[in-house]
Amino acid sequence: MTIGLGHYLTVSAIVFTLGIFGIFLNRKNVIVILMSIELILLAVNINLVAFSTHLGDLVGQVFAMIVLTVAAAEAAIGLAILVVFFRNRGSISVDDINLMKG
Amino acid sequence: MYSAVVLLPLLGSALAGLFLASMPAGHGRDRAAQLATCLCMAGSAVLSIVIFYEVAFQGQGRTIEVMPFIYSGGLQADWAFKFDTLSAVMVFVVSVCSTAIHVYSVGYMHDDPGQPRFMAYLSLFTFCMLMLVTAANLVQMFFGWEGVGLCSYLLVGFWYDRPSAGAAAIKAFIVNRVGDFGFALGIFGVYTMFGTVVFDEVFTAVPTHLTLQLHFLSWDVPALTLVCLLLFVGAMGKSAQMPLHTWLPDAMEGPTPVSALIHAATMVTAGVFMVARLSPMFEYAPDALAVVGIIGATTCIFAASVGLVQTDIKRVIAYSTCSQLGYMFFAAGVSAYAAAIFHLMTHAFFKALLFLGSGSVIHAMSGEQDMRKMGGLWNKIPITYTLMWIGSLALAGIPFFAGYYSKDMIIEAAFANHSPVGLYAFWLGVAAAALTAFYSWRLLFMTFHGAPRADHHVMEHVHESPNVMLIPLYVLALGAVVAGFLGFPYFVGDKSEAFWRGAILVLPNHNSIEAAHHSEIWWVGILPTIVGLIGIGIAYGFYIRDPALPRRLAAQARTLYLFLLNKWYFDEIYDALFVRPSFSLGRGFWKKGDGAIIDGLGPDALAANTLRLARRASLLQTGYIYHYAFAMLIGVVLLVTWYLLVG
Amino acid sequence: MIIATICFYLFSAILVASAVLVIAARNPVHSVLFLILAFFNAAGLFVLMGAEFLAMILVIVYVGAVAVLFLFVVMMLDVDFVKLRSGFMRYVPIGSLVGLILLGELALVAGAWTFAPEAASATQVPIPDSAQVTNTHALGLVLYTDYVYLFQVAGVILLVAMIGAIVLTLRHRDDVRRQSISQQVSRRREDSVAVVKVPTGSGVS
Repeated sequence: MTIGLGHYLTVSAIVFTLGIFGIFLNRKNVIVILMSIELILLAVNINLVAFSTHLGDLVGQVFAMIVLTVAAAEAAIGLAILVVFFRNRGSISVDDINLMKG
Repeated sequence: MYSAVVLLPLLGSALAGLFLASMPAGHGRDRAAQLATCLCMAGSAVLSIVIFYEVAFQGQGRTIEVMPFIYSGGLQADWAFKFDTLSAVMVFVVSVCSTAIHVYSVGYMHDDPGQPRFMAYLSLFTFCMLMLVTAANLVQMFFGWEGVGLCSYLLVGFWYDRPSAGAAAIKAFIVNRVGDFGFALGIFGVYTMFGTVVFDEVFTAVPTHLTLQLHFLSWDVPALTLVCLLLFVGAMGKSAQMPLHTWLPDAMEGPTPVSALIHAATMVTAGVFMVARLSPMFEYAPDALAVVGIIGATTCIFAASVGLVQTDIKRVIAYSTCSQLGYMFFAAGVSAYAAAIFHLMTHAFFKALLFLGSGSVIHAMSGEQDMRKMGGLWNKIPITYTLMWIGSLALAGIPFFAGYYSKDMIIEAAFANHSPVGLYAFWLGVAAAALTAFYSWRLLFMTFHGAPRADHHVMEHVHESPNVMLIPLYVLALGAVVAGFLGFPYFVGDKSEAFWRGAILVLPNHNSIEAAHHSEIWWVGILPTIVGLIGIGIAYGFYIRDPALPRRLAAQARTLYLFLLNKWYFDEIYDALFVRPSFSLGRGFWKKGDGAIIDGLGPDALAANTLRLARRASLLQTGYIYHYAFAMLIGVVLLVTWYLLVG
Repeated sequence: MIIATICFYLFSAILVASAVLVIAARNPVHSVLFLILAFFNAAGLFVLMGAEFLAMILVIVYVGAVAVLFLFVVMMLDVDFVKLRSGFMRYVPIGSLVGLILLGELALVAGAWTFAPEAASATQVPIPDSAQVTNTHALGLVLYTDYVYLFQVAGVILLVAMIGAIVLTLRHRDDVRRQSISQQVSRRREDSVAVVKVPTGSGVS
């Protein structure tokens, strides 16, 4: 069968959900959280591009590129924070990061 | 001059207060205060004698308008001094007794650091009392009424660092307040009935308002009787009649001159004065008069019975005062107002004499007041002893002394009344006369006779009082001796019509004094004297012949003895009925009302609840990033769901 | 056409599988590697869809930069993955619940929506015929003209991120010698040389 918009959207939804799962289910370290966020953003990108091609509108791809840029920036900053945190705390296990407990 | 007699004591009080505030503490300030107050009082006394002569004997009574006071709608009350025979007699009695007591206090309180304050309070009290007796309307009388209550509080609690004095002062004031509440309601009633509170206007209007009824909570009550009863409640409080008598014995915490002035001669007699002043009203309310008579007679016997077993010398005299006031009230109750006022005057003299004499005894015994620790004093302080004898003879109603004339008049009038109230009052009055004689001689024998029961240090110190304390006693003793037979014809005898000149109203159909004069029954007149002598004889037997007898009797009749000793348990009953519930009510309002409700639900609660909620809310901040991430995701899911369902 | 279908399913399957393994892998290095695999497959999907520029950008930026950065950090942080905390299963119920709800909603949306009739005419930037203008060219035609502000903002974001990362992670190490040229050049004679009159025979102390 021809691959239609729906297929791509399904794939995107699954990857999105997996990203959400990743945030919930990981107890190991914070990097996995960041990677799950990347997965989510990837799913969003797939979604955008799928719509762009389906509707014949380049705006979707422009948008996807901007999202890409922001994702990269965010990943960089996130990892920088993580590095500094690790330097100060010595651990990136999710359970140990509760300094902001109020 | 007429206004000056009332205002001079105020001037003296103000000067003493001024000296207290502006001069440094010490002998000079004390002396200045004493001089100011005593001179002003003496001036007032001299003026009062002149006024008494002019008004009572020459018939120049008048009302002096001084200043406007209240103009409010229909209520008009001015500051005005009404001088008729009744007020002239009272002014005379108050001024003379007060002057004597001022001079006595100079000696009695001479090593007390608070003398200027004391003298100022005494003069202030005299001023208020004079305002009370010269009042031309009920509002001014109430002003004087409250003023003397205030001064009583200040003077009873004069030694304010003693907790018992403070408690006694509060007790006096509060019990008085209960009476004042009734008085105030009575004034409201008078205004409601007559539209005015000025005495002359009210009295002329009374005969036309006899059938007026007041509607209260679906009852119709006769207005005049109700108003008279309410006013009498005020008199009960002020004059320590049952059941508002509990403050009088405790008021002995004050210095002895205070007891003499306030609780013997003047303040407690304000109630009697009030009933006499309002005789035009009471005469038309026979039910109220009957109540007055019953309460007076009951108080008379009650106080006499309690005085039998008291051990504090001042308390015996205090209960004696209470009892004599009962005489005066039941005299008023049988419409013998003139006899009541006559007895008021003679009683002022001999009771003040007795109090001041006991003050001399206490002074001589270095502050000892318990009669069980006295004895053997008669040859050491003979002048005081003689004066106490004179006072006791007057009190017991021994012929020729002042009390005989007035007390006998009262008892005869009660009998001549022939009503149930009159006969009830008569028999109780006779019984009380016996008891009076008994406890008076018990006091004399226990205090002055027998072997000394105090230790020899105290006995060495026993000395006669200085002249500054003795001279007022001579003056009072003179009154106690001659006031009776001199005053008899004018107050209650054949010259009384010309004397009173309508200041007291007695309706012809129950003029018991008249009836007593014309009575044919011969033994009524000498019965009180006989029972008095019997009382003296019994006292002699108890305390001179067989001093162990009282103790044996007390042990045998233990319940009766304790009943009397504990003042018929009135204090305990009031404590359980009124004091404790008031305290628990107050505590309840404090803890539950103020604490639980206002603080619990009000401003404190708002703050506390805000804190509590904030603390709970802060539990959301766990510090774990993944919790925060969860929260965000859950929020996203919820948002999506919402848009799906609603949007 | 059939190849496209097969390719699609292949790419999608591997994408989903590697996404699962990103989350589930024990070794964080493995997680990163699976992430890289996911990105590659996503790029393949993009190519299938006709957005080849984006696919290449995905590979260059995501895989070449971001994932490598992840790898650097993972390896640098010396994570002791032996000490795995238990309690993994505590959140499975709620996690699966939330995930399934989301999935369900997405499915609902996917099943229920339709295109609005005027959507076709509402395109902002119609894709030109790919025979004449490549995807890259088309994007370039649009990006530097109509969306130049977006482009510049994206650049500023990247600049901020770079500065932020440097500021966060730069640290002064004491055991590293550095030169401060300006300090060297501004040194004065008085600071470095001191003339001391030394008597003969005694030393400088």
